[in-house]
Amino acid sequence: MKPLLMYKDRDFALELELPPDAETLTQDLELNTLFNAMALGDDFIFEVAKKAVLNGLRDDTATILYRQAVLKDCLKNASVIRELYQLALEAIQLRKGSWLGISKYPSVILYDARKMLELYAGALRKLRNIADARAAEFGSEGFTTFFAMLKKELADDFFSGVQEHLRRLEFRDGILCSAELGTGNVSGNYTLLKLEEKNLTWLERALTEIKDWLRELFEKGAPGLSFYISDRDESGSRMLSELTDRELNPVADALARSADHIQSFFTLLRAELAFYAGCANLHSQLIRLGEPACFPLPAAGVRGPSCEGLYDVCLALTMKQKVVGNDAEFGGRNPVIITGANQGGKSTFLRSIGLAQLMMQCGMFAPARSFSAGLCGGLFTHYKRKEDAAMNSGKLDEELARMSGIADRITPDSLLLLNESFAATNEREGSEIARQIITALAERGIRVFFVTHLYEFAHGLYEKKPENAIFLRAERQAGGKRTFKVKESEPLQTSYGEDLYEQIFGKTGA
Amino acid sequence: MPFHSILFENADAGTKRETPSAPGFFPDLNLDQVVDAVTAGREEYNLKPFFYAPLNDTGAIAYRQEIMRDLEDDNLLKNIKTFAGSMQVMRRQLALAEKLEYKYHKEGWFLETVAVYCEAVNRLARDLALADLKSRGLLSFRGYLAAYAGSREFASLLAGTKQLKSELSAVKYSLLIQANHVTVREYAGEADYSAEVEKTFAKFKQGAVKDYRREYAPGPEMNRVEAGILDLVAGLRPRLFPALGRYCAKNRGYLDGKTDVFDREIQFYLAWLEYSAAFKRAGLKLCYPRLSAESKEVRADEVYDPALARKLIAAGSPVITNDFCLKGKERIFVVTGPNQGGKTTFARAFGQLHYLAALGCPVPGREARLFLFDRLFTHFEKEEDIANLRGKLHDDLVRMREILALATPRSIIIMNEIFTSTTVKDAVYLGGKLAEKIIKLDALCVLVTFIVELASLGEKTVSVVSTVHPENPALRTYKLLRRPADGLSYAVSIAEKYRLTYGSLKERLKP
Repeated sequence: MKPLLMYKDRDFALELELPPDAETLTQDLELNTLFNAMALGDDFIFEVAKKAVLNGLRDDTATILYRQAVLKDCLKNASVIRELYQLALEAIQLRKGSWLGISKYPSVILYDARKMLELYAGALRKLRNIADARAAEFGSEGFTTFFAMLKKELADDFFSGVQEHLRRLEFRDGILCSAELGTGNVSGNYTLLKLEEKNLTWLERALTEIKDWLRELFEKGAPGLSFYISDRDESGSRMLSELTDRELNPVADALARSADHIQSFFTLLRAELAFYAGCANLHSQLIRLGEPACFPLPAAGVRGPSCEGLYDVCLALTMKQKVVGNDAEFGGRNPVIITGANQGGKSTFLRSIGLAQLMMQCGMFAPARSFSAGLCGGLFTHYKRKEDAAMNSGKLDEELARMSGIADRITPDSLLLLNESFAATNEREGSEIARQIITALAERGIRVFFVTHLYEFAHGLYEKKPENAIFLRAERQAGGKRTFKVKESEPLQTSYGEDLYEQIFGKTGA
Repeated sequence: MPFHSILFENADAGTKRETPSAPGFFPDLNLDQVVDAVTAGREEYNLKPFFYAPLNDTGAIAYRQEIMRDLEDDNLLKNIKTFAGSMQVMRRQLALAEKLEYKYHKEGWFLETVAVYCEAVNRLARDLALADLKSRGLLSFRGYLAAYAGSREFASLLAGTKQLKSELSAVKYSLLIQANHVTVREYAGEADYSAEVEKTFAKFKQGAVKDYRREYAPGPEMNRVEAGILDLVAGLRPRLFPALGRYCAKNRGYLDGKTDVFDREIQFYLAWLEYSAAFKRAGLKLCYPRLSAESKEVRADEVYDPALARKLIAAGSPVITNDFCLKGKERIFVVTGPNQGGKTTFARAFGQLHYLAALGCPVPGREARLFLFDRLFTHFEKEEDIANLRGKLHDDLVRMREILALATPRSIIIMNEIFTSTTVKDAVYLGGKLAEKIIKLDALCVLVTFIVELASLGEKTVSVVSTVHPENPALRTYKLLRRPADGLSYAVSIAEKYRLTYGSLKERLKP
């Protein structure tokens, strides 16, 4: 039994490691803002969101569409999702009161596992009831399969079978097993057998005990096929209970493992629901802000995004208001060079590209009125790091080391976002480095978005009029007003730092 | 010739087969470390006495070399190891059976012991029959073992063992425990209940979860209750258990003496092969030396000190090999040059090679032609001890006199850093006198010394110099080269750095 809500044919692997660039991506794209908005204080949802979003780059189109459908069901039936999530959580917590796994004696393990299974049976019954009552309201392939599985596997005869086993495993009529002689005539291979039940009355039980007692009295030492260990023989009793433990070893193990498997089922169910719960949380916040959210179209091939009203979801969440969106259509054009005014929305635009790509690839909605892009096999960011007091050469060294690290891992179907890279030296050298690196990357098919002030580089590339490159500029209206929109436009020699200076220090001569 | 021993071809009374303690030169040549490492993990075979007893006959050495060569076949080696492993198990089980308390339990383990033995013998006989053997030793042993394994005595032991084992392992009974009451009865074919329980919950199975099974090692222990149950089981099979008792009484002396000795002695080869495998993995060579009791024209290529190499390999450092060669009347290597340059290692390796060759082992090097010595002497400088200075020079001279008194023209003498505890003038004088005696004796000798004058005493001495790195004279190459001891190694290496040495310059000036 598997929930299969994240993948059609496999489990969501919460323990899967994050890609090596996870930390960098989280920092550069402000992903924690996104995860926090999804989690709303639930640490577990935070963790699941992080794994699902950052590992989403490994998922294929079919998975994206599969999740989109499940997510649509979740947005429609928010209360059922909350109920299921809560049930899974409660089932997981049942284990907290149990001693199972602490003792190493099979008879104790058996006892604890029996108690545990009684509790789980209750939780499973509740799950079945939800399936009976609510399945009709769900339309996605994921949920339809999920509810059908619950109805089939958790049928009435399953529950009656469980009850029967739990009763038998109290061994009221004794323990029967088979054994064989092994090496050195030591018995082994103890196999528990199904004992025919006698259903003795209390009177019959009492008589058997009297018979045993009489036998002990008269048959002591007599040869025969049975013997009796006196209550006074403490060490003998201990040996006998050791033997019993050996006999119960496999069944105790089977029962305890079953309890663990059920626990794993609920754990997995919770994790898979957590992703959708997180998406639903985020969705309702965006709706409140008046921001659009659309189900993106994963396009075939390596294609740049085409979008309408694409906005930086993290900026909107941080500012708690609607932010400026951009329309763009990149198609197969590459690299994308973004220049223009300081504080004109270049970084925001770059981030919105990365965020939308990540959100799309893990099956979420995208922060835009419409969004479509080809899948990328890897997403990398190369951002200028905080200035330190060190000499420029040391800083360029650090930047290039990081770039080299990216080059070790990047694949041709990847997307690389660079923000003011290679600026730790003078413009000429920086431009030359940038030219060599960017050209090489682009020629290898890697999709590159490069926000830069390196005029010599940007202009030089523009002059050569490469058919594929596209040049965007953050808009500045006459008089210095920013619209926070990026438009296709030739790179300019100034980034309007003067505007910024004036904004901060007041207009010169004013 | 009937099989005698895998280490010695025949019962020659003159051969010293085992020596209880290590020869005196062992620590000087690091051979103590070598033998410790070789025999590590094989303590139960007590192999050291074999490694302390070098052979003095080329035939006896050839006997071992042939066997060692045969054993370089991985398959054969694996088969012998399997046999040895079984024999170990057999010995452990026998010791166990002797200690046990309950009759059927004890007898059960004895039966097991004999079964392991029979299987080991049969298997080895079968494996050897298929092996492509060339050595006299293993061929002869194969014949012996085949005859033993085919004997009527062995066949009856085997048949009896098999019969009892199969009957005992077929015993299956059922056990009912009701409170304190234990009943044993015939198994009536009831179904496995654990499996049924497992099936009910199988639908939840996913991934690996904790294994809750308690580990009950199939140990030899048996407690009173288990013994009681075994007695009841014996009651269910009234003919089988008395038969087991009769079998044990009859087969007490089942173990064949020569096979037992083979099991110990073959470990000599296994130990060496296992030890030397690490060198081969590291790309170093081992070779079977040609030994001569007459010619002193020794020569070896790519030689290394195995004790040092082992440490370097463990540390991931490269191992530098050296060559040596004596021609015509040459007898004495005089080793000079910068300190820490590998001089001592060179001297040691010379001694090690000759000693290991005399054991019949392959030696560390690519190719070697060595001399079969009668005795080996070393004199190595111990750590400086100022308090003991005068006494030391005195002791040195006494020790040298002893060596020279015992040494024959067939001996090997290795002297390391002699006469460091006196003035240079004295050292030159004493060294000269000593060298003169060794030259006269005509023994093979390695002389590590700072006394450059000794390097050119005549046609019997060969000068060998430790060298430094041409690019950086502070770096040692650990290469020792036949070269005049002119004390110019620094100048030479700097010249090499600028490609101005004779050879380099000539090459550069080539039209």
